[in-house]
Amino acid sequence: MCRIGSIKSKAPVAPARALHLMLPQQEGHDNSGFAMVMQDLEGAFSHYKDKPLLSLACTPRGVQLVNDYMEQKGFVQIAQWVPDTARLPGLRISAMPRYVFRNYDYPEIYRYRTQEEREDLLVDTRLALRALLEENNDGYVYSFWPDVLTLKEIGDPADIATYFRLWDDDGRLEARNIVVQCRQNTNYDIVRYAAHPFFLQGYTLCANGENTFHTRNTEMQRSLHRGYIGFESDSQNFLYTLHYVLHELRWPVQYYKHVITPLPFAEMARRPDHKVLTLIRESLAHLEINGPNAIICLLPNGDMLACCDSKKLRPMVVGGDETTVAISSEVCGLNAILPDRDASRDIYPNERETIVINNNLEVRRWKQ
Amino acid sequence: METVKTQDIGLNDLPWILEYRPERCTLCGSCTAACTAGAIRFERERPGNPARKAGGEEGSTPGPRVVVRQSTALERACMGCGMCEKVCPGRAIRPVRNPDHRFPIVGRAHGPIKRGGRTNLNVQRTLDAIVVGRISQMTDPALDSERHTFDLRAPLGRVMLPRELPLRVRGDSLELEESTPPVSWIYPAIFSDMSIGALSTRAWEAIALACAYLNEQCGLPVRMCSGEGGMPVRLLESEKLRYMILQIASGHFGWNRILRALPRMKADPAGVLIKIGQGAKPGDGGLLPAAKVAPHIQAIRGVPRATLHSPPNHQGLYSIEESVQKMHLSLNAAFGFRVPVAIKCAASATSVSVYNNLLRDPYKICGGFFLDGIQGGTGAANEISLDHTGHPIVSKLRDCYMAAVAQGLQGQIPLWAGGGIGMTGNAAADAFKMICLGANGVVLGKLLIQLLGCVGNEHGRCNACASGRCPTGICTQDPRLVARLDVDKGAESIVNYMLTFDSELRKLLAPVGNSSLPVGRSDALVATDKAVADKLHIQYAC
Repeated sequence: MCRIGSIKSKAPVAPARALHLMLPQQEGHDNSGFAMVMQDLEGAFSHYKDKPLLSLACTPRGVQLVNDYMEQKGFVQIAQWVPDTARLPGLRISAMPRYVFRNYDYPEIYRYRTQEEREDLLVDTRLALRALLEENNDGYVYSFWPDVLTLKEIGDPADIATYFRLWDDDGRLEARNIVVQCRQNTNYDIVRYAAHPFFLQGYTLCANGENTFHTRNTEMQRSLHRGYIGFESDSQNFLYTLHYVLHELRWPVQYYKHVITPLPFAEMARRPDHKVLTLIRESLAHLEINGPNAIICLLPNGDMLACCDSKKLRPMVVGGDETTVAISSEVCGLNAILPDRDASRDIYPNERETIVINNNLEVRRWKQ
Repeated sequence: METVKTQDIGLNDLPWILEYRPERCTLCGSCTAACTAGAIRFERERPGNPARKAGGEEGSTPGPRVVVRQSTALERACMGCGMCEKVCPGRAIRPVRNPDHRFPIVGRAHGPIKRGGRTNLNVQRTLDAIVVGRISQMTDPALDSERHTFDLRAPLGRVMLPRELPLRVRGDSLELEESTPPVSWIYPAIFSDMSIGALSTRAWEAIALACAYLNEQCGLPVRMCSGEGGMPVRLLESEKLRYMILQIASGHFGWNRILRALPRMKADPAGVLIKIGQGAKPGDGGLLPAAKVAPHIQAIRGVPRATLHSPPNHQGLYSIEESVQKMHLSLNAAFGFRVPVAIKCAASATSVSVYNNLLRDPYKICGGFFLDGIQGGTGAANEISLDHTGHPIVSKLRDCYMAAVAQGLQGQIPLWAGGGIGMTGNAAADAFKMICLGANGVVLGKLLIQLLGCVGNEHGRCNACASGRCPTGICTQDPRLVARLDVDKGAESIVNYMLTFDSELRKLLAPVGNSSLPVGRSDALVATDKAVADKLHIQYAC
């Protein structure tokens, strides 16, 4: 089972903190990779928060392909951070030759375009780069979005951290939100794209457990949005549904839970809003999930969201103090990074709950 | 030598031969009374057979004696129903299948062979080449079929695309701004459209009774389709109408009564089903032979005593678009747009085109696509239609589902599949597999009358539904035969079967880890036949 975790803090935190959250949860051969999405960055990227940041792992040829494409489309590179990797002997990591994190300015013709048009441009650019790099296996593009950085690699999480010098808290790489996972998902092929967290247009999602409705989710999602591609992991479906409900349909956040784990018909019938809930269940039946899952989401506005499957078959706990709130599959992770918190206030979300933590660390709980 | 007449019909020309054991026979007459085919008669055996000495002492002159004989007349041919065997106290008689019979040749002397039942030729079982092969083993937990809550419901009605839903965000909530097409969530098995007329009133009543009982006592919202033959006015005007789907077919039989009852209806029906075609005899209209048009059938349907042929088409309809605009719209309007209106077609090479077209219906008034496969049953048809026309349901259902998937429209018009579901008695397994292939639910027909006691099968047994001489009282209007059927017991059999069906459905849902119906979850299935796997786009395993 994947252990998943996230940290939301008023003060920027380094990836080392996320690693300390995750490593105590290690079981057996579970830790087979490292992946994280950071949002609301400080350090090296603090001056470019409104400029889209490209997160890339590729071959030298891949870098060239990306350079050419971005230049051709009119993007102007304004900053770059290349991790100073520690190529020590004995590290268990399947490293890519190059890791590129770059801020770009929008093409000139987008200067007066709407926010929506810019967002579409970013997703289309990422999809185009992905297709370009996939042609000859030249690398992976994980995210292209302002103030969001993604790092994924295959290997032992502690060694990956050493390789990228993530243990050194030098203040270059920090963020107020980190979503993290320490397993090269999946039970299927080892593919970097299959490692969650997954990212699309400002929405980040990490999930564990089998998605037993993977096939029907996928068949539906393929026709819903051009960005719903890949499906290397059955957990990508959760992200695409999140994006569809919040970004495409623009429904309030608590309806995500109603879509993925609708209430039983008998229960719905007793509710005053039964007509709305029934319509949602009818219309989005193919986006229902029906397996054992716990889900952590990070929204564009910084809200962090947690929920579980309808039978509560996967564990999850939320805890925190005045400055930091963390979500973790297991409480030992919380104990590692927040040992002094009031554990009696920890929340174990139930099968009907959606937990949303805002940027002031206020926690809201919705009962479905 | 010329005493043999080649063209004479002999017992060996008939499909069933009665095996008679005179030494066990007491000449009670039960078999002749029970035989509705008139195949059994008493005859005086000619004297002179030294092996048979009736009444006399050894060596005395053999006297005439009475024996049971099978008629060789084609119109009285034994149909293998086995009623004689059932009633015989001495186990002296039973029908035996005759592999050398010439009935298909000699039986056409007076025109096409007419019968009921289902195809006797295309009885392949695609569903038995598929197994539920994706069982939770360590990757995720299987559920407990006894402990977990299962939500086994299927939609009937037009489902809207999410972007089309009239929902507006107000604060933290969504609010409904205008009405949407009616959709009911019902049990994923519908009792098929067998009419009063095709069935005896008592058989129809038994099924209706079972349906109401399942709803009111067992919590299973099963719906029953009336068939094209109208309904008792008392039922039309009762609350129990909400369990019934009214059928309108090309003969419109029974609709004058239905329309007259409209103002007095206390409840809306569960739906309206427009029957375009039937899997057992596609391209052929309904058929009710005069022998079954008894006075009460004449009253319900508003017809004289005559063979009732429904036209092959709905008169005046030329196209799918027209059907949607006229029939769907008017039937929707008749019930104030509160009742889902669905359409039933025989599975055909054209089904996908029809389904695609309906999916594009701009009025959102087609509330279900019922596909009926070649293995569906009928009360009466020409044998040539039964055996040689139609289309297997499994791949056709899958094709329709995949066509909707290709357009992102899956689930918008619920797919209900029938025709051979439960043919081997395992309806839950059949239903589960069809659901994984994309059906929202299944339609059960023949199985229900088999539960009432029908002995017909797809190997030529009985199938006398068209003759008015149904030996079980199920498909006849002859009051003496109908009296053979115990309505309460029949209903009880159906209820018991459906409760088992429900348990067995959970037994298949639990190991794949699902608590709601896995519509389109084709990854749960594997085929043990490569051709089936390829055609249905599921995994092959061997």
